[in-house]
Amino acid sequence: MSILKRTPLFDFHVAHGGRMVDFAGWEMPVQYRSILDEHKAVRRAAGLFDVSHMGEVDVRGPGALAFLQSLVTNDLAKMTPGRVVYSPMCGETGGVIDDLLVHMRAPGDYFLCINAGNIDKDLAWLRERRAAAPGLDVTLADRSGDTALIAIQGPRAAGIVRSLASGPAVAAALDDLNYYHFATGLTIAGIPCSAVARTGYTGEDGFELYHRPEDAPRFAEALLAAGAPLGLELAGLGARDSLRLEAGFPLHGHEISGDISPLAAGLAWTVKFAKNSDFCGRAALEREARDGSARRVVFFKTGDRRIVRAGAAVIDEAGAPLGTVLSGTLSPILNEAIGSALIDTTALAAGRALLTDIRGAKIALHPVKPPFVALKK
Amino acid sequence: MSNIPADLKYAKSHEWIRPGADGIATIGITEYAQSSLGDITYVQLPQPGAALKAGDSFGVVESVKAASDLYAPVAGTVVEVNAGLDSAPEKVNQEPYGGGWMLKLKIDDLAELDALLDAAAYAAIVG
Repeated sequence: MSILKRTPLFDFHVAHGGRMVDFAGWEMPVQYRSILDEHKAVRRAAGLFDVSHMGEVDVRGPGALAFLQSLVTNDLAKMTPGRVVYSPMCGETGGVIDDLLVHMRAPGDYFLCINAGNIDKDLAWLRERRAAAPGLDVTLADRSGDTALIAIQGPRAAGIVRSLASGPAVAAALDDLNYYHFATGLTIAGIPCSAVARTGYTGEDGFELYHRPEDAPRFAEALLAAGAPLGLELAGLGARDSLRLEAGFPLHGHEISGDISPLAAGLAWTVKFAKNSDFCGRAALEREARDGSARRVVFFKTGDRRIVRAGAAVIDEAGAPLGTVLSGTLSPILNEAIGSALIDTTALAAGRALLTDIRGAKIALHPVKPPFVALKK
Repeated sequence: MSNIPADLKYAKSHEWIRPGADGIATIGITEYAQSSLGDITYVQLPQPGAALKAGDSFGVVESVKAASDLYAPVAGTVVEVNAGLDSAPEKVNQEPYGGGWMLKLKIDDLAELDALLDAAAYAAIVG
């Protein structure tokens, strides 16, 4: 028997018509009304997402920076309080255990935001690495259960959140908050937020609002009431996925995984070999950087409305296998199927045509450099 | 509660059929089916002239989430398909019993209609 976990907004979702599904062990809304409409609302105005299922981990102590630097591929040395850095966290083979956001509150005081489906695995990995470094003065605390998270994303997100600032100082703090920065101690709609981050995974401007679980339903209603006149709509996991794919962002388990390194995924910018710290996976990634990746993630569009599903084989004109589709959806903005695939590098270098078979029809996959649509940020 | 018109017949696989006086029936998918599928993005239909047996797959309806086969409720010959769905598959979501119809079938044996579900029996299936 498996019992699905619920976020503090479960009743809110049901009350607002959310269609609840099992997502990585969580009972989450895949959509409220229409995935396509929710997607378009985020690009046009704004969307409200419950991302409370994501995990949060505090990493604290004089050794926190050294500990994190040994875990992630990006360089955290130049972070200042209030900064957020995106990074893969790799295993020894260079595969990605998870991708996460590192938030720096103060020297020796960080928190990580990690993927919902990876919370247990990440915590086990963090604790294992912590145990392997007894000389480091660092503590780990899983805050996932006592943290709720709402994302407001879209061109009108800033105006909506600002309209609920508890006073001019909070409004000014929101105005001053740059992309990939966060602030603590702000009260929005009367709800104290442990962090307000100008981050998100849709490619749009927006905020991620960390707060107490008991405040979540009142907070969501207040945000919805303030935002609805400006076009804010509730958005579920379906729109979240099509938005992130349209933006060209990787999703763990798809474009990055234990089998797909950040280099193969086109995330070389997140792997800082020059940083003044060793990190897990460095040797394997250095080898891959030197020798080249055997396979590479390619984003594609098709010019066709038929969705190319994850797992579909990518073939050449003679039917020989060249790779596998990792993600696929219909871009509601382009009105055509888009996706990503893991392709043999030799086939890419040779410029071979990439095709897939949908019920007997050969569909051409045209490689493109994402994002698929012009983004605000 | 789904809209299940009383004047139609239904297949367990969620297609509806509206028999016409000339032996030509119109076929589509139910309100329940389109709602379960979510946003419909593509509908693949057969060529006019195709001969179908009851239970044959006559096409595929794709939503953002999945691709699902469509099944002929009775045997017959396709006389027309709804070409408008090529450019506007969302019609199936918006008007499943109207503008979202899929094909017109010249029925081989009208007696086969008796084996299909009436509205009450279909309602019992979809709850």
